[in-house]
Amino acid sequence: MTIGMKTVSIKTILASAAIALGLMSAAPALASGVAATPRSGGFSFEGPFGTYDQGQLQRGYKVYHEVCAACHSMNLMHYRNLGDRHGPFWNPKYPNPNDNPVVKALAKEVQVGDIDSETGEAIQRDATPADKFRSPYPNATAAAAGNGGAAPPDLSVMAKAREGGADYIYSLLSGYKAAPAGLQIRDGQHYNPYMAGDLTPFWTGDHKRVPPGGFIAMPPPLQNGQVTYDDGSPQTVDQYAKDVAAFIAWTSEPKMVERKQAGLGVLIYLFIFAGITYVAYRRIWKGVAH
Amino acid sequence: MSDHESTYVPKTGVEKWLDTRLPIIRFGADYMSLPTPRNLNYWWTFGGILALCLMTQIVTGIVLAMHYTPSVDLAFASVERIMRDVNGGWLIRYVHANGASMFFIAVYLHMLRGLYYGSYKAPREMIWIIGCVIFFLMIATAFLGYVLPWGQMSFWGAEVITNLIGAIPVLGEPILIWLRGGPAIDNATLNRFFSLHYLLPFAILGCVVLHLWALHAAGQNNPVGILIPKDREKKDMLPFHPYFTVKDGFAIILFLILFAIFVFYQPNALGHADNYIPANPLVTPAQIVPEWYMLPFYAILRAIPDKFGGVVAMFSAIGVLFVLPWLDTSKVRSMRYRPTMRTFFIIFLVVGFGLGWCGGQLPDAPVLGSFKTFTLVDGDLNSYLWLTRVLTAYYFIFFLIIMPLVGLKEQPLPIPATISEPVLTGADAVEQKG
Repeated sequence: MTIGMKTVSIKTILASAAIALGLMSAAPALASGVAATPRSGGFSFEGPFGTYDQGQLQRGYKVYHEVCAACHSMNLMHYRNLGDRHGPFWNPKYPNPNDNPVVKALAKEVQVGDIDSETGEAIQRDATPADKFRSPYPNATAAAAGNGGAAPPDLSVMAKAREGGADYIYSLLSGYKAAPAGLQIRDGQHYNPYMAGDLTPFWTGDHKRVPPGGFIAMPPPLQNGQVTYDDGSPQTVDQYAKDVAAFIAWTSEPKMVERKQAGLGVLIYLFIFAGITYVAYRRIWKGVAH
Repeated sequence: MSDHESTYVPKTGVEKWLDTRLPIIRFGADYMSLPTPRNLNYWWTFGGILALCLMTQIVTGIVLAMHYTPSVDLAFASVERIMRDVNGGWLIRYVHANGASMFFIAVYLHMLRGLYYGSYKAPREMIWIIGCVIFFLMIATAFLGYVLPWGQMSFWGAEVITNLIGAIPVLGEPILIWLRGGPAIDNATLNRFFSLHYLLPFAILGCVVLHLWALHAAGQNNPVGILIPKDREKKDMLPFHPYFTVKDGFAIILFLILFAIFVFYQPNALGHADNYIPANPLVTPAQIVPEWYMLPFYAILRAIPDKFGGVVAMFSAIGVLFVLPWLDTSKVRSMRYRPTMRTFFIIFLVVGFGLGWCGGQLPDAPVLGSFKTFTLVDGDLNSYLWLTRVLTAYYFIFFLIIMPLVGLKEQPLPIPATISEPVLTGADAVEQKG
């Protein structure tokens, strides 16, 4: 007795599997409660050869410093990082960023808490490049209390902590919209189509047309003309959002340029090595049946 | 093969002195001249690739441990400090994090090769079983390691997985507290996970030594799957070096190219964005998902409505692999000569991918479109829940029913008497005969 010997061709199985997977992957896009797909910020650091645009990082730092830093900390950043290679104020004349006069001056603008080394008393002093970015709140409880119960998240690695990265940050900051009629907005909340969430419980309209996005506690943070640029870049919400998103992409991944450059060298090396090894393989196996 | 004669002749005085006291050079030389079936294809290169993966993980891991701080307040920042302030730290960490994924890609291919070519059958059961132990230890090590950066997914992954132990009747609760070092996931948990994450790779290394020992005792399988008779050894075998060092070497370099593309250009593609949010026990992520390599088992876990039942199913999915040599009733090793079994194997592959896909979806979400069909027991028929259940059923049926039954009832294709036969006539020619 034998089981049917007719074999299903591999191609047939693979083709049906591919179709099945295709159908499955199409499904989530139709589900409700999904945020809008982020718009592209057209960033210079995209792709395998992309690098940060230093001018954009400087503008982004300005937006962060003058607007975001009022509520958001960046606990993983030090002022010295601003003068790191590929950073906003990198200057090849100062390989040690602690010597960089621009970085020193930027740090000096800020007062940080410290302990007097003689008396042990709490004091305020000018920051140095070695200091961490000053946190707007002394602790998380104070941050939450000052913002209606929701502490503004630390922005140091924000571009890696959200799907969509810099595009998401850019889209969110420049994407605030008036809430569609039929959406019940809770107190202290704002509608944003790029925010993750599910608006179904707050939607009184057609249940098949739940608006994309979610509620965000942060009110629209940027206004046209709010930050003065001295390089002639447009002083618009769109430009501010792009620049600060680029800055956060850099703080999230400050070694990205080194990484991509090293990667190019490694891959060239490996491809040459693979070629040589393949030739060696063909020579050794020449005339050996296998 | 274990009795393959040593051809090493110590030349220098030092070598002769050492050879009578600790014949370690002889050991290495014998290893390099080990007769190896000449027909091994590229699916046989993953052993070498896996050795490389293990060493890479151990070396990068030791360096990372020099800079990492296992404390709930400092762990996240210490990992980011490695990325920023440690020289080359970004490279070491990305190699380690992506190395885990590469390790699993290689181990899955290695296991599927064993499954397809029947490498688990007599006399190689011990090689396979030790391999299963290694795979289990790898899963444990990877899980422990993922907790260390103390991001949201680290914390909540640890929460979900340790909670599973709590589902064991009676003993669950005490074991859970013992495992976590307290009633909740906290600093004690992080510290012991760090300790164990450092320990287990060396347990894996020990098992790898046993795996190789068993391999050299029983001899390597080959794509034809027949045992090579003693008198054919000269004709059918080649010394390991240089023939297979160069072949493995070429495969390793190709593998490194894939590895490098991830490390240098897509270092976070295989991870989850939520793990760059510091752990917060008060905020549950929208969806808790393990790393991709655990998704098929996570899917099996969620397919069972009862929590303890799910745990049993998940562990059984790995446990069934241990008894594979006795579930397969066929005397024929290679599926090249088992067309019926090969079809079921290909379905198994698709099912495996399907389970992985399901593991990353919300169970209630619809599979096709967004429409509802009808509720079957506890979920809509058009949901990942039911797709997962169907796939889980096939996973177990494949091992527990198809394997024993097909082995008894199928009619395999004629098997060549020697591995040279298909080599000289072309393997495909043999396959087509059926």
